[in-house]
Amino acid sequence: MSDRLTPTTADEVRDCVAWAVSANQPLEVVGLGSKRGIGRPVQASRMLDLSGVSGIVAYEPEELVLTVRAGTSLAEVSDALSQAGQEFAFEPMDHSVLLGSEGGAGTVGGLLAANLAGPRRIKAGAARDHVLGIAAVSGRGEIFKAGGRVVKNVTGYDLARGLAGSWGTLAVSTEMTFKVLPAGETTTTVVVHGLDDETAVRAMAAALGSSADVSGAAHLPAETAGSAGPVAGPATLLRLEGFAPSVLARTQALTTLLEVFGEIDTLDADRSAALWRDIRDCRPFAGSTSDPVWRVSVAPTSGPPVLRDMIGRRPARGFYDWGGGLVWIATGPEDDAGAAELRRSIAAHGGGHATLVRGSDALRTSVPVFEPEPGPLAALSARLKAQFDPTGILNPGRMRAGL
Amino acid sequence: MSGVAMPRPSEETLERRAAIVAALRAIVPNEGVIADDLEMRAYESDGLTAYRQLPLVVVLPETVDQVSRILAYCHANDVKVVPRGAGTSLSGGALPLADGVLLSMMKFNRVLDIDYDNRTATVQPGVTNLAVTQAVQHRGFYYAPDPSSQIACSIGGNVAENSGGVHCLKYGLTTNNVLGIEMVLMTGEVVRFGGQHLDSGGYDMLALAVGSEGLLGVVTEVTVRILKAPETARALLIGFHSSEEAGACVAEVIGAGIIPAGMEMMDRPAILAAEDFVQAGYPRDAEALLIVELDGPAIEVDHLISDIEGRARNNGAFHIRISTSEEERAKFWAGRKAAFPAVGRISPDYYCMDGTIPRKSLPLVLRRMRELSEHYGLRVANVFHAGDGNLHPLILYDANKDGELQRAEDFGSDILRLCVEVGGCLTGEHGVGVEKRDLMPSMFDEDDLKQQQRVKCAFDDKHLLNPGKVFPVLHRCAELGRMHVHAGALPFPDIPRF
Repeated sequence: MSDRLTPTTADEVRDCVAWAVSANQPLEVVGLGSKRGIGRPVQASRMLDLSGVSGIVAYEPEELVLTVRAGTSLAEVSDALSQAGQEFAFEPMDHSVLLGSEGGAGTVGGLLAANLAGPRRIKAGAARDHVLGIAAVSGRGEIFKAGGRVVKNVTGYDLARGLAGSWGTLAVSTEMTFKVLPAGETTTTVVVHGLDDETAVRAMAAALGSSADVSGAAHLPAETAGSAGPVAGPATLLRLEGFAPSVLARTQALTTLLEVFGEIDTLDADRSAALWRDIRDCRPFAGSTSDPVWRVSVAPTSGPPVLRDMIGRRPARGFYDWGGGLVWIATGPEDDAGAAELRRSIAAHGGGHATLVRGSDALRTSVPVFEPEPGPLAALSARLKAQFDPTGILNPGRMRAGL
Repeated sequence: MSGVAMPRPSEETLERRAAIVAALRAIVPNEGVIADDLEMRAYESDGLTAYRQLPLVVVLPETVDQVSRILAYCHANDVKVVPRGAGTSLSGGALPLADGVLLSMMKFNRVLDIDYDNRTATVQPGVTNLAVTQAVQHRGFYYAPDPSSQIACSIGGNVAENSGGVHCLKYGLTTNNVLGIEMVLMTGEVVRFGGQHLDSGGYDMLALAVGSEGLLGVVTEVTVRILKAPETARALLIGFHSSEEAGACVAEVIGAGIIPAGMEMMDRPAILAAEDFVQAGYPRDAEALLIVELDGPAIEVDHLISDIEGRARNNGAFHIRISTSEEERAKFWAGRKAAFPAVGRISPDYYCMDGTIPRKSLPLVLRRMRELSEHYGLRVANVFHAGDGNLHPLILYDANKDGELQRAEDFGSDILRLCVEVGGCLTGEHGVGVEKRDLMPSMFDEDDLKQQQRVKCAFDDKHLLNPGKVFPVLHRCAELGRMHVHAGALPFPDIPRF
């Protein structure tokens, strides 16, 4: 990268973008760079570095809202929240574990641009479900805001939520307001041992369909179990969080419900925390290998057949989160890293999407990193991009050619 | 009809009415097209009854293909379209246009699929909110968002308005509970956003579509997540001598890390009206009443109830009752749920507002509202989703008295401006529609509104879907698309670059 622009205010961000448009200099938009390795490699002459647009603007724990500048590190925000016993309930993933990237858990702007969500997604939603308002600079070099600072707000289009998962291709966010929530007082994990994938998904469906209020439901097949936290063999994991007496009562109820599936034990709060952090960060596929990793979102019961299809056709391993609905798959880089087969299988099992979260530059250039869209939807996406960023100045091509 | 101006009907379209009706009849046979003035009366307004307008023609398609062909025809022939669900909008979102086709989706009334293993229900948009819960409750499941009109309002309308309800404090709004939709664009193209899986593989079109008030497309199918009903639910009824005390209690409960399933507040006029109407057992001498509902395992509910009871006493509560049965819990809620009709009994007309404020601003906003009440000479009763700061002031007026409707609307506008001034917003769950359209500039500047309209341009570049709603000024998409580039040198060259 030949040149790096380092604005510190929203006005300076606007000036940078306006200049880039007039000078026809595409920008790669980055925070701390933790997720630079995701998406098609961006062809940009300059880097727009937002890490200087940082700081917590307002945090009122009793209002359950936090306003923060986009370049603020997630680490700083998490510290502030935990001092008040609160958290981002959507449990944002730390990509540096899987990608070996710098920048730790990245910035709050990156968190929204990637629409992060961890195991608690099934109960609490993703970043998209917690963002309340945004200030941003469009690819037109104009500052705009949307949403607000209150939880309940239907005034105008939900552009704050609409920018979630747009990977910096529509606008550069400069400030955002999030809903924050109290962290659970304690945590326990109920472990069911020895289940095959299908049975595990059935057990998780039973748990998630009970009134136990499960806040994490993952299954580690034998091949991946040892690499995440203190469990071995095929392990089906169900997390319970909340007030201590409630967690105890729900642990008992869940144990009774799941006894028919297999041998059960429980993990205490500390071991639970470590285990779910590893699942959140895809620790089983971290480390020395640089094998491509897919993140697949499907209906929970479609998780096992999709993974089986992949394993049947090429060397691959995987594990499940979100009750089976999130499948992490590691495979070799040969051919297209299984992209076409995987996407055919997803379509055949009710639909969903696969994202190549880890892969070499060459692979990410040749394989669609994000799920290809059918004609009318792809055209709509292109029109949306053109409305926000008509000259394609922001992260050009990151989501697909032209987007 | 009061002050909000709608786009001038196109004479040219009005002249083509017979041809348009004939074209629609070729797509939807028999009684699916209504062109008779008397029969069209049923569609002349929605829940915001102060505004009425007969549509050009009403069409009630039954298939996605028909919706697609209707929209494609209207697109090709530059005819405006106003989509309508059950017609319960409180902001005039479904107000017809004289030169627009009114597209009713109420024949799309089937539950298509219930999948307990994946905890989803897929329904057509005309299915009522309550019917979704009714379809799954025999297995102990329910659909969480519960707007007070849930008996009548449709899921398609809930998607259009991003509806809330008393339980959204803990369980989220429509946008947090919808997994996927099928939508027909103005061109007639059919697209799907989401499905039974979570999140989007590309842009989050679902986020843009939910709450778009019928301006982006017509929803033809909705997949929602269903939840297992909690094991128990109990409620506290808490009376305070001042709204300040009640507000402090709410802040303390939330600050202690408790998110109740519902937390509602009523002020004295609302308490008295409700009590006179349904005898719910509310303390008549309270200035503010809180209803707090907890749900979950019995042991958790008991634990939290005693915790909240203590906090309420510390904040000056003089009247505390805790439900010991489902009947008693229902009775606590009866007065709150009947608050609107109860107020309807004590006044010929009332006007329901819907701003949201930061919780801490409640005492200030209530005090200012009392001053405004005196200024306008109109009474106001307040019901309030206290947990999430969503206010529903009910302004009492008599439409038969000269100028009272206008005064009520002016009073309402002042309240909403006040909500924005203290850091809140114009509408928490009822939508902008026509009602709050002209107040949008109090919350958003020109560039904000233009960027929102550019989203509209990506979906409907001819502005044919529900024009006249949400945006005070309609800019042509060609105009919005122009770039105003400031030629320039690299900005702030003094800043170090690497």
